[in-house]
Amino acid sequence: MTRPLLEVNDLKKHYRIAGGLFGGKPSYVYAVDGVSFEVARGETLSLVGESGCGKSTVGRAVLRLFDITSGQVVLDGQRMDDASKDALHAFRRRVQVVFQDPFSSLNPRMKVRDILAEPIRNFGLAASAADLEERVGRLMDLVGLPREAVRRFPHQFSGGQRQRICIARALAAEPELIVCDEAVSALDVSVKAQIVNLLQDIQRELGLALLFISHDLAIVEHMTHRVAVMYLGKLVEVAPKRALFARPRHPYTKALLSAVPLPDPGAARNRIILTGDVPSPVNPPKGCRFHTRCPYAFDRCRSEEPELRVAPGEHWSACHLHDLPDAQNPLLAPLAS
Amino acid sequence: MALLEVENLQVHFRTPVGVNRAVDGVSFHVNEGETLAIVGESGCGKSVTSMSLLRLIPEPPGKIAGAIRFGGKDLLALSEKEMRAIRGNDISMIFQEPMTSLNPVLTVGRQIGETLRLHQGLDAKAAEDKAVEMLTLVGIPAPARRVREYPHQLSGGMRQRVMIAIALACNPKLLIADEPTTALDVTIQAQILDLMRDLKQRVGAAIVLITHDLGVVAEVAERVMVMYAGRKVEEAPVRELFANPRHPYTQGLLGAVPKLGSSLTQESSRLAEIPGQVPSLTRPIVGCVFAGRCAIATDICRAYAPALEPKGPRHAAACHYALKEAAAA
Amino acid sequence: MSLASDHRPAAPEGLAIAPALPDILKAIKPRTGVTGFLRRHPTIAVGGGLLLLLILVAGLAPYLGTVDPSALSPARRTRPPSALYWFGTDMLGRDIYSRVLYGTRVSLLVGFAVAILASIGGLAIGLVAGYVRWADSIIMRMMDSLMSIPPILLAVSLMAITRGSVGNVILAITIAEIPRVSRLVRGVVLSLREQPYVDGAVAAGTRTPMIILRHILPNTLAPMTVQATYICGSAMIVEAILSFIGAGVPPNVPSWGNIMAEGRALWQVKPFIVFFPAAFLSVTVLAVNLLGDGLRDMLDPRQAKGH
Repeated sequence: MTRPLLEVNDLKKHYRIAGGLFGGKPSYVYAVDGVSFEVARGETLSLVGESGCGKSTVGRAVLRLFDITSGQVVLDGQRMDDASKDALHAFRRRVQVVFQDPFSSLNPRMKVRDILAEPIRNFGLAASAADLEERVGRLMDLVGLPREAVRRFPHQFSGGQRQRICIARALAAEPELIVCDEAVSALDVSVKAQIVNLLQDIQRELGLALLFISHDLAIVEHMTHRVAVMYLGKLVEVAPKRALFARPRHPYTKALLSAVPLPDPGAARNRIILTGDVPSPVNPPKGCRFHTRCPYAFDRCRSEEPELRVAPGEHWSACHLHDLPDAQNPLLAPLAS
Repeated sequence: MALLEVENLQVHFRTPVGVNRAVDGVSFHVNEGETLAIVGESGCGKSVTSMSLLRLIPEPPGKIAGAIRFGGKDLLALSEKEMRAIRGNDISMIFQEPMTSLNPVLTVGRQIGETLRLHQGLDAKAAEDKAVEMLTLVGIPAPARRVREYPHQLSGGMRQRVMIAIALACNPKLLIADEPTTALDVTIQAQILDLMRDLKQRVGAAIVLITHDLGVVAEVAERVMVMYAGRKVEEAPVRELFANPRHPYTQGLLGAVPKLGSSLTQESSRLAEIPGQVPSLTRPIVGCVFAGRCAIATDICRAYAPALEPKGPRHAAACHYALKEAAAA
Repeated sequence: MSLASDHRPAAPEGLAIAPALPDILKAIKPRTGVTGFLRRHPTIAVGGGLLLLLILVAGLAPYLGTVDPSALSPARRTRPPSALYWFGTDMLGRDIYSRVLYGTRVSLLVGFAVAILASIGGLAIGLVAGYVRWADSIIMRMMDSLMSIPPILLAVSLMAITRGSVGNVILAITIAEIPRVSRLVRGVVLSLREQPYVDGAVAAGTRTPMIILRHILPNTLAPMTVQATYICGSAMIVEAILSFIGAGVPPNVPSWGNIMAEGRALWQVKPFIVFFPAAFLSVTVLAVNLLGDGLRDMLDPRQAKGH
């Protein structure tokens, strides 16, 4: 079996929000609380969940934008969570990022050329000044922007064009993995389609792996190979796309899928509307974290935390319901459409 | 008779780079108890249209022209004082961001009660009772306790419910909802959409729903109007629009949205994209506003702006080439 | 506009053409160049203009009909303003007009020097505090304790331990102003480092010194410039106060504070001695603050976005 490009093992990130210099009982936000997954070369893994579930924190941990609380981030067999400065610098070249907001993702005082040249220079990728210019030009071609636009400042571009610049910057380092943190969420429908297509084309052309963080399930289904669903800092389900969208094995995934409004008026749907709100990650519920909103929760869910367990077809899920006889398992009823 | 009739609405803004024709010649109507969705991408003028219905456009730099008739009265001819009596009373509004639309230093009960005291002259006690009643209506648990809480103590979904309670407190005839679920998570959005459908049955107010999300449109609207670059390009009953879009922009929009379940029915395909970008509204546009991005545009389109024409029963589109009656290929 | 009217293809029979719509707002020709800029930013025009005038006055003081500002003339003490002595004379018979004009130099020098020095010092301290986590609380507590002393009091005590000279006045006021600047810079830095483009640069392999230099520093300059103008105004006032209470520049140097201090005893009978330097001080500070307000409005990103 080939080694995965990225492995994340039992990743935890807790933020201290109270207590400090002058004492006081410290309390923590359990933003990410034990998450493990792998991304293969050339693969798209999508991380989905609602705001506050910790999916962006996972992305930023993979980028090593902060120190993680515990766990491992392994790239190509090399641990990156405790890497030295030089190893980290080499690692940064291989993992790049595209953020959500194309307006704050680009330094307003730098020209596009300088924005694109920065990573090329940082990683010493250009052989000469002419090579640098040629690389910048090729990046512009790749993302479908005119070469002469490199002389302009970010505010002279539309949102979609800026997102193209962000993608070009990410590609400048010749990475193997790009973390797309809600990379198309802020864009208008018609522009979103352009950027989604661009990302897919580039991935195919360059053999990139994508960690696609999004709350938009329809886009995820369109883009991805595998999906990992997060709820309150934990993974509740990880599965290949088709298996997950056809037969979700976690009640949260099922509810999430049924909540998406479909652009199909009059479609009859068997909708699960979750009651209440997501609990606070400061005091996550005991037992299964989803039990406070789960329509199928029973006693065991309130006391014992379910573990991710695999079903045929590499379909992982963390739910006690699968210990019940099949006839009593409400999840095995097909998602009506 | 229609509850709201908008005729040739123009909303322009003076900017340092020229006059922005944000809304240019839009006409539509809303019947009593009906839900009309206005769909379009950012900058298409849908929010400006909704704001101008309540005359919430700052003048200057903006200016409104045309006619907005609500129950036979032309709102544009009313004084500011008469307009205030209509806002929050006959016509009320829900905004996208429930946190910034609520006053952080007043309790939820005060904020619901305020509109009631202002428009219906209720005393403090009666206003609070009514506030509790409204919170019950919008499905907030423990309403008697919640009326005394401040907005920051509520979750995003709860705050949007409070916004709806405020908007409905005076039994408005028309509710304008500007992206009411855009800032919310999917599961919370489902709750709010469910609530809106439920309340519509019970309260009977007409709704103008402003959104960019075609899924939301399909779920709650009865009639849809599509806007592009400040113009209305198509209008049809919701099922008709999704089944038979006539304007190339509407067709492009529908093709650009991936459908949930796509992986089960087909091999992954490319999304249909609309090339290019929305034209600048500060420069005059000759011909059809969509011509620059349209696959079937001809010299005729680039020279003459198409008028909105009936293309079927209750179905109109502004395109020289959209076929009448027969479904477009 | 009917650009294409001549080249338009003939409209086919029955083509439904949308009626042309009226212009409900007349387009104003966007003004460009210096006049356009000044018209759009009247406060900058007025403040900047006044300040420019004062700089000219300071520079050209010897050529504006002045005499030696410290030339004594005991015979002509406390003369009221006249054709000969435009602003009158003081208790030692010195020409107040000349003293006030030369005093402009002191005020502007102190104001600008403090603004520049305090900006540089505050920028350095603020950048370190905002970017180096462990240093943050130490530096900011130090700044807090400095801020707990009223700036005038701090400047007075600093002046008490040094000799009175323009340089020392500048130094004392700078030290008193630095905490405010560093606090502002730190706040801006803390918000900038949360910007996705800074994270993007980190991911792009940019090392910390370059992050600060290329991504943080340039974006602090706009709010810094605004703050610097306010500091300039406040430094002029502090300088005048220090001189007025005898803790500032030496009495032989004609500064507005010194002139007012000398006229203090007589202000009920000879108000003109105090009036002219006070009026100049007010106008100068007003000019600087107007300029600051104008810059703030111009650089405010919320306004720049607009429509």
